[in-house]
Parts: sequence; structure tokens; C-alpha cells
Amino acid sequence: MSKGRIVLGLVTILVGAAAVGIVAANPVHHTEIHTRSWSFEGFFGSFDRAQLQRGHVIYKDVCAGCHAMNLLAYRDLQDIGYTEDEVKAFAAEVQVQDGPDDTGEMFERPGRPSDHFKAPFPNEEAARAANNGAYPPDLSLIAKSRAGAGFLGHDGADYIYSLMAGYKEPPADVEVPEGMYYNEAFEGHQIAMPPPLSDGETSVDEQAQDIAAFLTWAAEGNLEERHRTGIKAVLFLVIFTLLAYTVKRRVWANVH
Amino acid sequence: MAAPVFKNPVIRWIDHRLPMFSYLHHEAYEYPTPKNLNYWWNFGSLAGFMLIIMIVTGLVLAMQYTPHVDYAFNSVERIMRDVNWGWLLRYLHMNGASMFFLVVYIHIFRGLYFGSYKAPRELLWQLGVLIYLLMMATAFMGYVLPWGQMSFWGTTVITNLFSAVPWIGDSIVTLLWGGFSVDNPTLNRLFVLHFLLPFVIVAVVLMHIVALHRFGSNNPLGIDTKGPQDTIPFHPYYTVKDMFGLGIFLIFYAFWVFWAPNALGDPVNYEVANPLSTPEHIVPEWYYLPFYAILRSIPDKLLGVVAMFASILILFVLPWLDRSPVRSGTFRPVFKWFFWLLIFDCVILMFCGKYPPEAYWMPFDFQIVDADTFTDRVAELRGVSPDEAMNAVGEMWGVNAASGSFGIKIVRLGQLGTLYYFAYFLIVLPLLSIFERPRQVPVSISKPVLGGGQSVAHATAKSMEKA
Amino acid sequence: MADTTHGGSASGTRRDFMNLLVNSVAAFGAAAVAWPIISSLNPSQDVLALSSTEVDISQIEVGRAITVKWRGKPVFIRHRTPQEIKAAEDVNLGNLRDPQPDSARVEKPEWLIVVGICTHLGCVPQGQKPSEPRGQFGGWFCPCHGSEYDTSGRIRRGPAPTNLVVPQYTFESDTLVKIG
Repeated sequence: MSKGRIVLGLVTILVGAAAVGIVAANPVHHTEIHTRSWSFEGFFGSFDRAQLQRGHVIYKDVCAGCHAMNLLAYRDLQDIGYTEDEVKAFAAEVQVQDGPDDTGEMFERPGRPSDHFKAPFPNEEAARAANNGAYPPDLSLIAKSRAGAGFLGHDGADYIYSLMAGYKEPPADVEVPEGMYYNEAFEGHQIAMPPPLSDGETSVDEQAQDIAAFLTWAAEGNLEERHRTGIKAVLFLVIFTLLAYTVKRRVWANVH
Repeated sequence: MAAPVFKNPVIRWIDHRLPMFSYLHHEAYEYPTPKNLNYWWNFGSLAGFMLIIMIVTGLVLAMQYTPHVDYAFNSVERIMRDVNWGWLLRYLHMNGASMFFLVVYIHIFRGLYFGSYKAPRELLWQLGVLIYLLMMATAFMGYVLPWGQMSFWGTTVITNLFSAVPWIGDSIVTLLWGGFSVDNPTLNRLFVLHFLLPFVIVAVVLMHIVALHRFGSNNPLGIDTKGPQDTIPFHPYYTVKDMFGLGIFLIFYAFWVFWAPNALGDPVNYEVANPLSTPEHIVPEWYYLPFYAILRSIPDKLLGVVAMFASILILFVLPWLDRSPVRSGTFRPVFKWFFWLLIFDCVILMFCGKYPPEAYWMPFDFQIVDADTFTDRVAELRGVSPDEAMNAVGEMWGVNAASGSFGIKIVRLGQLGTLYYFAYFLIVLPLLSIFERPRQVPVSISKPVLGGGQSVAHATAKSMEKA
Repeated sequence: MADTTHGGSASGTRRDFMNLLVNSVAAFGAAAVAWPIISSLNPSQDVLALSSTEVDISQIEVGRAITVKWRGKPVFIRHRTPQEIKAAEDVNLGNLRDPQPDSARVEKPEWLIVVGICTHLGCVPQGQKPSEPRGQFGGWFCPCHGSEYDTSGRIRRGPAPTNLVVPQYTFESDTLVKIG
């Protein structure tokens, strides 16, 4: 019996190891993705509010000119450390269409915190027409939809960071057509988006990190609450499991 | 079956007229269970637990969800962002599907190893396979609901499977869609069915339990219980053991929900469905991958679909393919190895379903490369021109690029895997039933020491006859 | 049988205690899971964010009323005539089912703002348009079960238990009122 069990155990380990070996096999990609350590990684990870606010400023000044962020409302910005009045001011910067009024006409009014981020273009066709036929994707979920096959998954942030900092001079043997730019993180290396960041008060590398963090928050605003709830849940479950194990040992003590 | 006496007069009054408390007491309390069940037997109750979790979370999610192509994606994101605890409910449900399948897979392989499908439990086993089929249908329909890119294209591909049916295939697909492509009518009907099927599963699960309690649980020795000395009441022994197992399982589940909620899903599904553009790789969720690999390994549309369905339907006739009189794999020295090979095979198939069929796996380099890269690699290592390398790679199953650098085409690996999968059921098990010499099984659970002189055949024949 | 206990009563008590403990912990866990499920049914963040409405009242003539939607419910805004104001103020509070002076129900006497939901069973009372019945007290009349409200929206006759609810509102300017 015991010998059988040992064999069984060994076989289990072997099969398991083989399975892990297979699953761990790496698909070769031709893009350069750099992994960074992020404040929101790990079991206790949380966002760095100052970084999110810096990222928000970059988003507002740079990205929002072409990219929509339809799933976020101005009220969500209170989450990254702005006061209610600051959020109201952000919202009031844009004019949104409302109506119809009593005469049946649509009218423009200043934005309110409950409004969603105003899109730069009314529809996809207009966005393409203004961008040489390329469609700047909505950024609400970009940090989730561009993640690779990563295991614990903050590679969406890695990707955004790598893309923002990935504009390089093309190698000698690569010809980049008019209106395209060489980017080592982009699939195929040719991207229609002009380099959005440039060195200013902070370097492109720092700005790239900030915008990656901001977009991660935008896609995954529940992350901090999720981590906190998770810690509580697991602590509870460990206690429950230990108790259940103790009782199980006692109950089974008389079974032979 | 002595009716228990309840102290509470209300319960006594009801039970006299509707004996549901007696029934519960009998089936969930004093139900005599073999005393030697190991932890692999925890997974049945875990599966039941997951079914409840899925129904409860699904119910509240359905109250917030809008089944319309224009609103579905955003209504799911509203659940994630604005509904109180919506993110938790959705992540519990989303990862719950994976956990449910994981638990059920372990439950199925436990049955395969310990021969739980053999007489007199054939119908019990078939009901289980039916539950599994219903689960697959339900999970597929649920995956459509967020209306992301993978939802849409997954639905398109899976519903198109039915176009392989000769003559009427296209009409069937149009009927399934309610139109000429996957669109709003499709989403609506799949939502309704996704809501309905779990309750059908509940009904089949109840039948599964009734069938189980007819002859009682199988056990690691695979022999019948011979009397009260071999059994213990379900409560408190197995209720507390299940509680402990549940605790361990929930910690595992919590890890995914709270720290890796999207790791098991495809990132592309966070892009809203676009009927005009297909994502680069259409990959199903991990629990369908082996079947997807079987589908792709056969280069004929109809036969591929047939093989895929056959790979599950074959489980229905398993009790008649394996004629060995010994249930438990513990006493079957040859069977054991083929069984573990089957598990390994399923892992291989899963892996093949995950990657593009024309890619190459280079096991010694821990890499998967596309065909061009592989050809380049061969050219480089052999010092030949790319054209020559391409000829060398050609239609071969795999190529020894150079010493220690071997590559095999994913689709070929999938074909090998498919071959073994069917061989296990159609060739290995029937042959083992004839040629394998099982070790002696114990006389009873209480006396694990072998009874002197009693032959295996005799012992099992007796047990079968009793069943 | 396997479940016969060989220990003394001390170990029995300890086991009882452990059972109680593990059951309580399990019950706590179930309750902790039930909480998010129930909580999810409460108004979500986007619904709460829409909880205020701004209304332009410059176009409402004396004696007329408008209905606006706030949190999915009708809100009555009535520009009262001097007679209506006087009638509302002159009522003997002792006669009222839900005694409240008119001054406690308005910010400015000429503007009466109330939620247009009968406090009986939730119908919308009539009396907004000149053509609709206003009941004997000149306010509103609920067609469902005949509750009658006066020009301050107070219940005067019929089954409704309390006055029409006054929502939270502020005058942003003379012509703009923010409800909520």
C-alpha cells in the first residue's frame, strides 16, 4: 500500500512538473516589452496618488486630444485624490450636449461631475478622418485589453510604459513609410501615433510610467479595495480552515 | 430506515405530512459512507458548492446586466465600476467558472482512476457526463454576455461548428443566430439560456445524488462495503472533512479573485465586440482547450467537429469499454501508467489548443516560435539557405534543427494527443480488460490485509453479484 | 460503531465548544458573503451621482405649476398666488393630521416645491394643470384613493398619513433652483 502511494506520488510530481514545463514555454514575441516594478503590484499593492495625478495631467494635455475614455466619469477623479471642488472644475472645463429643452432644442452646458469624460470625436469615422485613417482606441480599458499572457497581470502597465518610451530611430534596414513611426514595443514596429511625450520638467521615461499608472487605475479602479478585501478574506479563511482541521482531527480520532 | 424523532414540534408536524426532514436526515446525516474515502472524494461536494456560488452571484449579476448589443459591454463595466461590490460579484462569477471546471475535472479523473463508472454506477457516471456537457454549454453562453471581442468571435466560431452538418448546416446556423450573423437576437437567446441551464443542472445534480445514494459511494479500494463496520455516517465525519477541504479550496479561489482576476481570461475580451475585425488568435477559455485542439487536429471540417463531440460522448459508453472486474486503479499495475499518460495527454492537448496550430514548440529551448522564425532558426543552425531550410521543415512532423534543438509543429503534437486520447478509451481499456493481471484486492474495507487463499476474481465476482 | 466516544465529559465539552466555534465562524463567513450580495442591490454610484437637478423657474407664471423629474420621481414646483399663500398660512395647525406650519415647508412663500408622490401608496396626485381637479383645499387631489392636499401640500382629507414630502433644494439665483 505505502509503496504504491509513493509511486503514485512520484508520478503525480512528474506529470505536474512536465505540465508546468509545457505551460511555462514562452511564445517568442518580436516586441520589446520592459517590465517595471509598480506600486500597485503584489498582495498589498496600492496606487501612488501623486503619480496618478501626474498621469491624469498628461492624459488631459496629451492623450485626450485624440483618445476617448468613455467609461470614466469626472466624479471618478475624486478617487485619485482630487477634492470635490477640483473635480467640479475639471468637469466644467468641457461643454457637453444636453437636452432637449422646453423648445425641443439640444443645448450645450458646462460638464458636471456625473458626466462621463467628453470624447474628442463624435464617432469613429470622425476620429479616423482626423487621424490619417487610424483609429485612436478608447483608453478606459487599455491597460486590461493590452495585457499579455502574464500570470499575475500588470503587464498592461508594462506594455503602455514600453510603448510610450519605445519610440526609437529605425534600424538601418527598416524603412518607415510616411505618417508612421518606429516603435519597438508595437506589434510590427510601425505605429501611426506620433511620439506623444517629450522631455520637459520630467523625462519621457518618468512620464511614461505616470501615464501607465494612470491608465491602470482607469481600467482597474477597484484594485485597492480588491487587495484590502482579499487580505481580510484570506485571513478569515485561514482561521476557518485551521479550526475545521482541528475539529476534523478530533471527530476522526476514533475511526480506525 | 428508521424515521428519526424530531424534538421540534413544528418540524415533527411538517415531517409527518411531508417527510422532507426525514429524507434529509437519512441522505445527508446518517447516509452510510465508506470510512476510507480519501481527499479526492472532496471534489464532489466542492462542485455542488461552486454550483451554488455561480447561481447566487449570477442571479444578482443578471439583475444589473443588459442583454443588448449596444449596452451589454457597458453594463458589465457599470457593474465593475458603479454597482456596490459589483467587481467582487463579477470576479467571483468569472473565476468561479474556472474553479467549477477545475473541481469537476478533478472529480471526473478521480472517477476514472478509481473506476467509479463501473457497475452498478453506470447511470450515475452518465448523469455526471450530462452535467459536464450542460456546464460546457452554460459556460460558453455566459462567455458571450460581456460582448467583448472574444465573446463575439468565440460565438461566431462555435456556432459555425454546426455548419459542418451536411446539407442543412447553414440553415441550422441561421436558426441559432436568428439572423445572418451573431447579433442582438443571438445575444438575447444566449442570455436566456445561460440563465435557464444552471437550473437544469441543479435538476440533473439531484438525480446524480439519488443515483449515488442507491449503491453508496465508491471508495479508493473499489470494493463494496460489506456491512456497518465498513461505513461511518456522513455527518459529522464527512461534513467536517468537506468543511476543511472547502476552506483550502476557498483560499485557492480567493487568490485568483483578489490578486489575479483576469489571469485566466483573455485580455482581448476587454475590447468591445467588433463584427468587422477578428482578433489575431481566437482562443477559448482554458477548460475548452483540449477539445479545441482535437477539433483543429483533424484537417476536415465535418470530421473535426465529429471528433470533438465524440471525445466527450465516448465517456457515455466508458462503462462498457472497460470490462476489467477490478474497479480501483490502485490494484491495476498496467492501467495506472496509461491513466497517468492520459492526464499528461490532456495537458498536452490543452497546450496545443492554446497556441496557433502552425507554430512550433521547441521543448528544449522552452519556446514556441512561429513557422518563419523556426525556419530561420533551422537555416541558421544548419548553415543552409532559408529555402533549403523551408524544404527541410516542409510537411515533416518535427525537425531536429541541430543537436539538442528540436521543434514540433503544434498541430502535429495535437494529432498525437488526439490519437492517444481515443486510443485510451477504444483500445487500451478494452485490451487491458483482457490482458492485465490485477493485484489482489482486499476482502473488505475494515480488513485491508488480504484474506488468505481468496482469489481476486472470486472476491470481485462476489461483490458485483451483491451490487 | 466508530462514533462512540471513549473520552470523559471534559473532552466532550471541549468538542462541543470546538463545534460551536467552527459553526459560528462558518456562519460569520456566510454573512460576510451575503453582505456584498445584498449591498449590490442598493443604488449604484452612477445613480447616486445623478441625485441633483437644476430647474429654471423664470417661465412659470403666478398660479401655474410645472413638474420636473428628480431621481426618477415627479417634483411639483408651484408659483403660488397671494390667496393661496394666505390660505396656507391661515390654517389652524390643530386641525391637521400632520401639523406643519407653511413657513416650515417653503424657502420663499411664492414657491412651493414638493415631491409629487401621494404618501398613501405612491400615486401622482392631480392638480398641476388648471384643468385637473385640485380637491376641496385647492392643492392636489389623488385619484387613486381620494387624498386631498392643501396649497402647502399638506394632507387634509383621505387615507394618506403624511404631507407631501419637501425635497432638499436651494435657490442658486432668483430664477434657478437646484433640487437635491
